[in-house]
Amino acid sequence: MNAPLEITGLYVLYAVGLLLTFGTVLTWIERKQAAIMADRIGANRAYVRIPFTQIKLVWLGLFHGLADGLKMMLKEDFRAVPYDRVAYALAPWVTFVPVMLVFCVIPFGGTLTPGRLSASLASVYGAQSFRMQIAPLDAGLLVVFAFSGLTIIGTMLAGWSSANKFALLGALRAGSQLISYELVMGLTVIGLILIYGTVDLDQIVRLQSGSVLGVLPAWGICYQPFAALLFLTAAIAENKRIPFDLPEAESELIAGYYTEYSAMKMGLFMFAEFIEIAIIAALFTTLFLGGYNLPWLTDAGFVLPGGGRIELSHGVVVALQLVTFLVKVVLLCSFQILVRWTLPRFRWDQLLRFAWKFLLPLALINLCATVVVVALLQQGRT
Amino acid sequence: MSRVPDRRRRYWNQPHMGWWERAYVFEVARGLKITGGVFIANMWKWMTGRKGALTAYYPEETRPDYARNNRGKHVLTQRADGRPQCVACNMCATVCPAQVIEIDAAYDPDDPAHPKYPVRFEIDYSRCVFCGLCVEACPEDAIRMVPETPGLPSFDRNRMWLAREELLTWKPQRDVAKPYPPAAGGAQ
Repeated sequence: MNAPLEITGLYVLYAVGLLLTFGTVLTWIERKQAAIMADRIGANRAYVRIPFTQIKLVWLGLFHGLADGLKMMLKEDFRAVPYDRVAYALAPWVTFVPVMLVFCVIPFGGTLTPGRLSASLASVYGAQSFRMQIAPLDAGLLVVFAFSGLTIIGTMLAGWSSANKFALLGALRAGSQLISYELVMGLTVIGLILIYGTVDLDQIVRLQSGSVLGVLPAWGICYQPFAALLFLTAAIAENKRIPFDLPEAESELIAGYYTEYSAMKMGLFMFAEFIEIAIIAALFTTLFLGGYNLPWLTDAGFVLPGGGRIELSHGVVVALQLVTFLVKVVLLCSFQILVRWTLPRFRWDQLLRFAWKFLLPLALINLCATVVVVALLQQGRT
Repeated sequence: MSRVPDRRRRYWNQPHMGWWERAYVFEVARGLKITGGVFIANMWKWMTGRKGALTAYYPEETRPDYARNNRGKHVLTQRADGRPQCVACNMCATVCPAQVIEIDAAYDPDDPAHPKYPVRFEIDYSRCVFCGLCVEACPEDAIRMVPETPGLPSFDRNRMWLAREELLTWKPQRDVAKPYPPAAGGAQ
């Protein structure tokens, strides 16, 4: 059922606020985590002084993101002489918008029943309940792939319209890289679709509640650990981050496809990249880590395997689910940053060989094995 | 005529990659274990209130391990009664390659042995190169350099001057290389 406008508006506000916050805070997390991994301190000098006092808020360097944003805004918006002005101006937005749109089908919480939160809400909404998802689409997973495939258009536009050889090379690399890894990503997900029998992300998450063999949570990673690994690899490659950052390899291509961009246009590319970290984490959480599910948490509270029950009110359950989803996403973001600061960059031929000769066969083998097992199980059932 | 194709040179220390390394995933996992381990160890230090890095927060914190003969900042030595030993001969200012020393001399009728003394003795640390030539040039052993750095980071060049009063606040007892004041019997 479609939620009324105000509920959807609330979800949209939450999602946009969440993604923009992630985009800003991830710059800080990335700096700090890299510093701590390398025995350093990390950015800690930017401060906000409370007016008329000498109290300077440093907050562990959290304001560096703010300072960065301000710098991006105030820098000269240098205009290169591009081939195509419209495409040049459009490219950052074409990269940025689909990244944000992907989140609209990701369920960030379970079911919200406003009537159970307070009496005044009950008089308005009655017993209606709404899925915590901006767009409850049947074709959720397909939408995700459609939108994340769109970002490459922005990249290609940027590279082509810049009238710069480095940018063009970066765009070409981005194009072939994304085609290769999109394929791997799709193949790994097909295994999951076979198991769950749906592409509706909300349905997929619901099927991941409960447990397997009594102990393990019924998360996708327990059914398809191999696919999870391949998916994460392909997703990092999609995001063009180290070790797959060939399209923007600064030692070879200056800044790759956004060489000719400056100020906030460049900022949009960077912002899109950081938001995509969060999107990948959210997608991985949804598909493989059970989304907002905690082990043994149901809509009524915890139902422990020993027979114990902890009753929780509806508000607490909803808050718990939101927080669970966020914690999983943050941990995965942190893992991606760990990968980024651990591995060296591939060579270009290694990158393509890795996709076509290593990941793709593995994904196919995984898919075949899944198909056989699912078919056998279905035969046993009938 | 068949041309011999270029062959890649083999080196004696050619890295050998077995199937374990070629599989890539295991070595990636090993690398992640190393970096993740360092991260967790350092993070634990930060969270328990210790410093998880070797860095010194420079302006707020100075390193205690400067070399004994580090040329950090200048000090002016004093006579027994606390007046500067400097006779304002301007030799240090003349030899200074960065021209950072400024001296204003004055006449002191009460001390016939050293009638000339500096009323102003200022060093501009925004330009000082810490070469130590002023110390070499001084005929009176009136200027020396101590290991500690001046500690003057500032957003304003004009605040990087040290004047006579700051240069005179020095605890000579700590300088074991040159006892001060000179032993009795030495030229005063």
